[in-house]
Order: sequence, then C-alpha cells, then structure tokens
Amino acid sequence: MTLAESKLTALVVDDNFVNQTMHHKLLDRLGIRNDVVCNGQEAVDVHCSGRNYDLILMDMEMPILNSIQATKRLREMGIESKIAGVTTRANEGDKKEFMEAGLNDFREKPLTISKLLSILHRLDFYAQT
Amino acid sequence: MQRQVALIKQSLFDQGYLDDQFIELEELQDDANPNFVEEVAALYFKDSPRLINSIDQALERGSFDFNRLDSYMHHIGASKVKTECTMFREYCRVGNAEGCLRSFQQLKKEHAILRKKLDHYFQLARQAGPKEAARRSK
Repeated sequence: MTLAESKLTALVVDDNFVNQTMHHKLLDRLGIRNDVVCNGQEAVDVHCSGRNYDLILMDMEMPILNSIQATKRLREMGIESKIAGVTTRANEGDKKEFMEAGLNDFREKPLTISKLLSILHRLDFYAQT
Repeated sequence: MQRQVALIKQSLFDQGYLDDQFIELEELQDDANPNFVEEVAALYFKDSPRLINSIDQALERGSFDFNRLDSYMHHIGASKVKTECTMFREYCRVGNAEGCLRSFQQLKKEHAILRKKLDHYFQLARQAGPKEAARRSK
C-alpha cells in the first residue's frame, strides 16, 4: 500500500513529550500537516486564534483543562473538527464520559500507523491507494 | 557489528524489555530522521525520571493519594516497566499501600536496567553505521 499525499491538517493535544513526538511523526508520515499543544486549554486557545483542523487527537489525561472539558468547550465554540480521543486508560465509564463530551472516535494508546489509518477511515478522511 | 546489534535487539525483545511499539518507532525512521528511535528513547528517559521522582516523593511523605499516584504512573511506559506500572496502578485501585511500595521499587529497578540496556544498544547501533539506524528512505 502506498500512501497518498494528504491535504489534511491535525492537532495533537497531549501533555507527554514522548507521545507528542510519536503522534507528530505518525501524522507527518501520512503527509498530514500538524501542530502540537500540551493541554486542553492550549487546544481551545489555538482555535480561538482562528486556526482550524480537520482532525484533533485528544489525549484523555491532561493538566489545566482536561480532555473532557476541552472537548465540550470546542463543541460549544462550534468546532466541527473530527476529534479522536486517545488514552492508556480504557475502562468503560471513562470511555463513555469522553465519548459523550463530543468525540467522534476513541483509541487506546499507543497509537500506531494502522490505528491512525483506522481512525482516518472511520472518520471518512482517507482513501487508500 | 550489525549482526551484533541485531542480536542485542532480539535479546531485548526476548527478555521483554521491548515490544512491537519499538518496531513501530523504527518504521518511522527515514533519511530525514535516521535516529528517531534513539531520540524518542532519550525523550522518554528525560521525562520518566521526573514522574518517578514525583511518586518517590509522594510515597516518602506517606502520601497515598491513590488517584494522584495512578495519574503519575500512567504516563510511564516501556514494556517491562509498563508491567510494573500496571501492577502499581492495580494496587492504587484497591488502596494497597504496601503493594504500591513494593511494585514501585521493582519499577525503579526495571527502569534503570532498561536505560542501561538501551544506552548500550544505541551506542552499538551508532557504531554499526547508518544502514542499521536509518531503515527507510522517505
């Protein structure tokens, strides 16, 4: 399978430097231009500055403004980007609360190329070539 | 030399220090980022001691705020270290302070061993040259 050039944009929201680096690189590898922020508040702020993204990868556990609050805030602002939650925690209660905040998809960490492709397909973004 | 590097890498997998995530990281290496895996490992060993230290300090204070301890612990990854993290988090979940202390001591050992083994592996991989380090062209 060859990967086509993508015109998609994405935002990585994660407070962990290792995850930031890996997710940024994964998206780069798929040709998806992406920015990285460290917490939910920065995710909100970057949208308030006028930026918009096709896809947001939202880590569940973050300081300052957590993922559930950030997701709700973005949806209240009218942000219609696809938001995929990512977390190492996967109990059903947490997942349900996160999804109900306004997610479009949910994946357990660690993200891999195949999981990311699965997210893109599920959210009707990407065509395999 | 490259055969030696390959053997060491295999042994790290066999001993449970590395898992498929390492392969995923290697797949992301290219000519533009030939040392991506080593850079991620360096980031990990820059970040994880801070988290370990936070847990150490909390436990030394006798502070068993299990939610907070669990929150620190969930960020610490790497295969064998992760096993100890999982056990620690389970002890947090059931409020077992003694279990937390025991698994945390084991986690620190595994973390130190992993660091040493990966330092050695990457040193050899660098000496072996770019054929091993850069796995694919962009």
